[in-house]
Amino acid sequence: MMNNSDVAATAPAAAVIIENLRVRRGHEQVLDGLSLAVPRGRIVGLLGPSGSGKTTLMRSIVGVQVVQSGTIEVLGLPAGTRALRKRVSYVTQQASVYDDLTVRQNLKYFRRILGAPASDVDRVIERTDLGSVATRLAGSLSGGQRSRVSLAAALLGNPEVLVLDEPTVGLDPVLRVELWGLFRALADDGKTLLVSSHVMDEAKRCDRLLLMRDGALLADDTVRGVLEVTGTDDIEEAFLRLIERGEPDLRPRVETETPR
Amino acid sequence: MNLGRTFSTTGRVLTQIRHDPRTIGLLLVVPSLLIGLVAWIFTDTDVFADIGPAMIALFPFIVMFLVTSIATLRERRSGTLERFLSMPLGKGDFILGYALAFGLLAIVQTAIAVSFAVFVCGLEIDGSIWLLFAVAVADALLGTALGLLASAFARTEFQVVQFLPIFVFPQILLGGIFIPRDQLPEGLEVISDWLPLSYAIDALTAVADGSETTEWILARILAIGAWIVGSIVVGSITLRRRTA
Repeated sequence: MMNNSDVAATAPAAAVIIENLRVRRGHEQVLDGLSLAVPRGRIVGLLGPSGSGKTTLMRSIVGVQVVQSGTIEVLGLPAGTRALRKRVSYVTQQASVYDDLTVRQNLKYFRRILGAPASDVDRVIERTDLGSVATRLAGSLSGGQRSRVSLAAALLGNPEVLVLDEPTVGLDPVLRVELWGLFRALADDGKTLLVSSHVMDEAKRCDRLLLMRDGALLADDTVRGVLEVTGTDDIEEAFLRLIERGEPDLRPRVETETPR
Repeated sequence: MNLGRTFSTTGRVLTQIRHDPRTIGLLLVVPSLLIGLVAWIFTDTDVFADIGPAMIALFPFIVMFLVTSIATLRERRSGTLERFLSMPLGKGDFILGYALAFGLLAIVQTAIAVSFAVFVCGLEIDGSIWLLFAVAVADALLGTALGLLASAFARTEFQVVQFLPIFVFPQILLGGIFIPRDQLPEGLEVISDWLPLSYAIDALTAVADGSETTEWILARILAIGAWIVGSIVVGSITLRRRTA
């Protein structure tokens, strides 16, 4: 667990600071006293099996989840504050776009809602490589293309924090590499990315990892840190060893690794 | 609230419907066909003259209720609602954007249904046809507003359809189609006095047979308007940004 002096020390560099977050959904305690910090300008991978609480954590950060207790600060403001709605963008697990609108019509509408400049539509189409399908109905696209439309919408208006729930699921390897390239470019621009995945081998592309299981953190560390602590070079194996060890690897403050 | 965002939402909803010919058909043509069917059933009797105005109230109301509630529910199911709630779109912008889009469609639909009932099916109107049109539009808007309200409480398309027997059927049964409302047992008459569809059916029937003054009919339109505004306000209050 982080103590208060640690939190104070990470504050200037952290985009998201969570303390003692507890969330209940129905009869289930999904998150039970979670504390973590997401540093600015980094790609943080949120990994864990499905049902471990990843989506609930992301929903809490973007402010659409009813939380039981605890505090969530995003860019120095309480999560879900009106002022954050333009600065934080969220891509849900299913592609949240209108199937009966074209790619461009979808993006034009979201742009108007965000009040972003008109040129943004072309910019995000280019960034997500959707130019060839821009005039097609979103419903006629493949799953991977639809999720890229959803991602493109999240890039409108240049948000500072991007919360992406399994953005690479179901994509072919080439596209997946391209998307991670895009994420890296965004981080190099100073954006903060929280990216969830249940594919462990994507972990190595992140700067830091949050490994989750049953609503608690197994690790909050750099990729290298997690591998060192567990004495392996495989994240999946590291995950298993952390469960075996019964003690989480929490080194939230340590920023030894420079972004690649 | 922000008018730009409200109108953008209206435009987006209309663009979506433009891509969906079947929904356009359901909205614009089906109510008229059903009115035509009723007229045909009662060809050799004078029943249609009595219940024709009620049919103008009934079919557009039900169609608008269904289409609106399912359209807004699809936002919830597709995840787009979740996306909005994390974006700077006001809940009022969202609900009002929908209400305006379907309101415009309701006006076109009503124009077709009223013209069809009067000019094709030969429904005789003693009062002003403009007044008939005004009541019918208010009635279709009422269907839209109640549909928005229902979708705020539903989680699935299946649940929306379940709201039909709860929200809509009692209004039909107590609206004075089967038996004039003043002949209902006392308890039921009081209940039917409170149901919004009763006002629409009363007013349309009164315009058709010219039995009431314009003021009396305008008062009914106002009452329907109050229900519309109330449903939209309650609908946007019950839409929660944070959910469990």
